[in-house]
Amino acid sequence: MTAIELPQRPAPSNGSADGIVIDLKLDRLWYGDFFAVRDTHMPIERGSITAFIGPSGCGKSTALRCLNRMNDLVEGFRFEGHVRFQDQDIYHPRIDPVAVRRHIGMVFQQPNPFAMSVYKNVAFGLKLNGYKGDYAERVELALRRAALWDEVKDKLKQSGLSLSGGQQQRLCIARAIATEPAVLLMDEPCSALDPIATRKIEELMLELKERYTIAIVTHNLQQAQRVADKTGFMYVDTSQGGRTGYLVEYRPTRELFDDPREQATKDYIAGQFS
Amino acid sequence: MSPPHVTSLPRPPTAGEKAVDVTFRHGTFAVGLGVLGLLALIVVEIGGVAAPALREQGLQFLHGETWDANQQVYGIRPQIWGTLYSSTIALVVGGVLGIAVALFISQGFLPRKLELLLKTVIELLAAIPSVVYGLWGIFFVLPALRPVTEAIHDAFGDFALFSPRSAGPNLLGGSLVLAIMILPTVTAVSRDAFAAVPGKVREAAFGLGATRWECIFGVVLPTASSGVFGALVLAFGRALGETMALAMLLGNRNEFSWSLFAPSNTLASLIANTFPEATGTERNALMCAAIVLLLITLAVNVLGTLILARTNRRLRGLA
Repeated sequence: MTAIELPQRPAPSNGSADGIVIDLKLDRLWYGDFFAVRDTHMPIERGSITAFIGPSGCGKSTALRCLNRMNDLVEGFRFEGHVRFQDQDIYHPRIDPVAVRRHIGMVFQQPNPFAMSVYKNVAFGLKLNGYKGDYAERVELALRRAALWDEVKDKLKQSGLSLSGGQQQRLCIARAIATEPAVLLMDEPCSALDPIATRKIEELMLELKERYTIAIVTHNLQQAQRVADKTGFMYVDTSQGGRTGYLVEYRPTRELFDDPREQATKDYIAGQFS
Repeated sequence: MSPPHVTSLPRPPTAGEKAVDVTFRHGTFAVGLGVLGLLALIVVEIGGVAAPALREQGLQFLHGETWDANQQVYGIRPQIWGTLYSSTIALVVGGVLGIAVALFISQGFLPRKLELLLKTVIELLAAIPSVVYGLWGIFFVLPALRPVTEAIHDAFGDFALFSPRSAGPNLLGGSLVLAIMILPTVTAVSRDAFAAVPGKVREAAFGLGATRWECIFGVVLPTASSGVFGALVLAFGRALGETMALAMLLGNRNEFSWSLFAPSNTLASLIANTFPEATGTERNALMCAAIVLLLITLAVNVLGTLILARTNRRLRGLA
């Protein structure tokens, strides 16, 4: 797969912020001619939840998608800077993006289970990684951790698409964590869900951060305050004629919301725009 | 507060507008029924002409192996066999090739513009007249195939499949041309099935660390499987009914054979070749053959349509 092996992940953290697991530094980022993001440096701490907030088009999803090289799938994507995962440059030419994505899982905005059974959905990642052990046990464990087991244990053979939206999203979380990735990226995981399902996913995130480092993009400021340990506020710079996103401030969530340093942050939190 | 001169615009539909709506609805209903009526009419009319022969020949018509106008003995087993045999070979070859092409032009292997260009070119293959395919078969495929079939015969001639040594028209050549002819159908319909797999689902596979191969075979193909199956069934239906090219390439021999290299015949070719000079009972018998062909293709197409309908339900998670 890769010439360079990604380092083994250390023992799951106890949830305290005990180091940087991913160092994200985007100096300048383009999609083709479009200058999308600049000057965004966010070290992401192990065993914590880090939120990206900001108005539409500020590049927060782009930043998140740099963390597991999902942007490689977009034509014309390139950037200056670095993304270091456990001190390894994941954009190094000898690193296979596929291997990166196996270590850094992702949950998307729209629930996107495969058109196959609940069981096979969760087992998919295990199969990709050539897992040889007890699949049933792993699948159950993942579904339990995703707080979905009790609801689906009698319908493991049913299509994942037959579940409700909230259940589908938890199925996607189960699918992402079945292989025990080190980091879980969540791109507006609740934006397609109703408030009850949203609450469940949030509770789940707080439980999951005991074992995984989580980075989440959210439009919902309350959500960031409820779950995130640190929050980065990104904003759009239109001064050069384009729409280039950049990081305004990145601080512990409580401080950012209670005592924003920048005027843009203050205005955004006060709900003056977007 | 609206200015006083602005009056409220909504009004109920007039009697005239309602009448147009009702007429339109009934009109489309009538056209729809008309299509069904047309099908029934064809079956009844051909069936009427076919009936005497069917009464006379009985079941022997279906499993008899002789077609002899002089003795008034008509059996279409070799032609039914030839139809199914050639169509199946075409389906296997054209199906695999067509699905491969559909994947190639839908899974981001090429720039988008090139994908669309290739898609159009492949759909153009469907516009080539059947008789042109027949000529191409006679002047290119059969001669090109000959050294290959002869070599295979010399090596494995003991097998019924490869005997006799082919001379001129043969089942394999016809079937391969047929495979090319159904390729556009397979490709177009399965490409649409692949394209209907939501981008977010492919994204999920890549997000889990699937390679392109794993994404295609683990997610895209299973998700689109009913659509692909539908494509194959539709293509099979086309192959069964194909007339001209096979009439030119198969050799029109009304004899049952397992061999790939022997001349053969199909129901459609039998009708096309024999009808112009047929009189009396032979005409009736040909009508019977037409009914049998119609029933086979109808069954295959109905099945294909049902399966296609299922794909969409499945993508929405209802099945």
